Amino acid sequence: MNKVMSDKKVIALYVLPAFLLLMILVYVPIVLTGYYGLMKWDGIGRMEFIGLDNYIRLLSDGMFWRSAYHSLLLAIFSVISLVGYLIISLVLSGKIKGADLFRKIYLIPMLLSSVAIAQLWMRIYHPTNGVMNRFLMSLGIDEPPLWLADTNIVLYAIFIPIIWQYAGFYILIYYAALRNVPNELVEAARIDGATPWQIGYKIKLPLIAGVIKVTIVLAIVGSLKYFDLIWVMTGGGPNGASEVIASYMYKQAFSQYNFGYGSAIGFSLLLLCLGVTWLIRKLTVNKDDQIQY
Amino acid sequence: MQTEIQSKTNTSAAKTNVSLLQRIAKIFLYLTLIIVAIVQVLPLIWLFLFSLKNNQEVFNSPPLSIPTDPKWDNYIRAWTEGNIGQYFFNSVFITASAVILTVLLASLVTFAITRMNWKLNKLVLGLFMVGLMIPVHSTLIPLFNFFININLMDHPLAIILTYTAFNLPITIMILLGFYYTLPRELEEAAIMDGCSIHRLFFRIVLPMTAPVVATTAIINMIYNWNEFVFVNTFISSDKYKTLTVGIQNFIGQYQTDWGAIGATLMISILPILIAFVILSNRIVEGITSGSVKG
Repeated sequence: MNKVMSDKKVIALYVLPAFLLLMILVYVPIVLTGYYGLMKWDGIGRMEFIGLDNYIRLLSDGMFWRSAYHSLLLAIFSVISLVGYLIISLVLSGKIKGADLFRKIYLIPMLLSSVAIAQLWMRIYHPTNGVMNRFLMSLGIDEPPLWLADTNIVLYAIFIPIIWQYAGFYILIYYAALRNVPNELVEAARIDGATPWQIGYKIKLPLIAGVIKVTIVLAIVGSLKYFDLIWVMTGGGPNGASEVIASYMYKQAFSQYNFGYGSAIGFSLLLLCLGVTWLIRKLTVNKDDQIQY
Repeated sequence: MQTEIQSKTNTSAAKTNVSLLQRIAKIFLYLTLIIVAIVQVLPLIWLFLFSLKNNQEVFNSPPLSIPTDPKWDNYIRAWTEGNIGQYFFNSVFITASAVILTVLLASLVTFAITRMNWKLNKLVLGLFMVGLMIPVHSTLIPLFNFFININLMDHPLAIILTYTAFNLPITIMILLGFYYTLPRELEEAAIMDGCSIHRLFFRIVLPMTAPVVATTAIINMIYNWNEFVFVNTFISSDKYKTLTVGIQNFIGQYQTDWGAIGATLMISILPILIAFVILSNRIVEGITSGSVKG
């Protein structure tokens, strides 16, 4: 038995195909991104080693910081919206008929492609024919906002479909976690005279703290690397008003052929995501925490 | 329960007050849940409705009005003129290939990690799990360069392999929980009977994991079907583009034809919606176990 189950050749045969794919297509590229970041390179010609020039340039690149600020704003909005999802999940986990159906309906947008969602919301925001402005005009507002063309609103106009897209995802996670809270605890508290609000706040929430932590990481990291929907809806425009880190990187590399500089941005994004994950884990460390991510 | 306890201590007048208050609270809660549900589906209903209208109707009739004479013709036009048929086929082909490859490779790795004895298994598992945290954009430029160098640029294989590599971590994560619960006695008995390890895996273990394999397959299907950045970066010929990128092209050309755009978007999301109606429990299970390992 043991001999068969420790056959090195079989282990290699089973593990290597997937492992090599992961190495070649995920791990080698992230190392190379850091390396290409040290180069001046148009993607076609020869690379020229320029040391840390790209990274230094990045530090003083106003557009990079602006896009980083937009990504950060999205992260903050996403984390704040988690509170709303948590409240809805707490309601759903109470004695609600059709809770299962509700959470499934909430999930639908999350299953659709960001491209389809972006295209749909571009129609919703359409200046004259979109649902949004037709509704506002029917209320007597003669000059409704040009949602995606106004540099002051565009970023927030984009946040709404993103929140719409992910709401069901987080509600699903919270709901699943809340369902795992032992019923005896809830009943015991109820018999002791705790109000539903107290049960939610003092008993259920602390018990799902680990899951909340995971969702905070997911929301922040997901926001920092967010791309698809913004790329389709505005391409980062108008005038960089909705530029985020990933769209700035994509533009530098694949529109302006600054592959070296683009790599430096990509590598910074990687460090940022891993750094944030590490930081949150560190800040909220808990000895009997079983959850890994 | 609560009203029972309160009825012991409170007067009956107070009791009716409390239960009335509770009833109002309950109605308010349901109302909130229903409004959220409406917000989540209303844009899609609007999409479906305008996919059946011509521009005249889209611009002049109320947004949520039912088209009197549904223009199914929009769908036919999108499918034939817009090359959507080709993109649709590409999406099916690339998605199916990547799903099969990912689930097979992930199952082999998970089996080796959870059932076989070797020293580096924890390290290898750790590397796969860290893969979950890596942003796609940090790999794009090297991958772009790599595929040019090995002549896979603008080739479906580049996409299939990339999808597989990037979805292996989440697939393994979902499979792990199930593999840990498989009884060891079965394997022991099979090996005692002289069953080879390959036979054990393909004939006994893999069929036993069918439910979780279905879950990972549907999750992978959704991810691959919706993927945009890789196709947008690595594929340039129309004949290999998938729906997500293809509809971008189409909409670029037919910007003013709302009905045709609506029909295109509907075609692109319909497979997912159908899968959701049939397999919603599996999808819910997959998303839950794929995001939080508890």
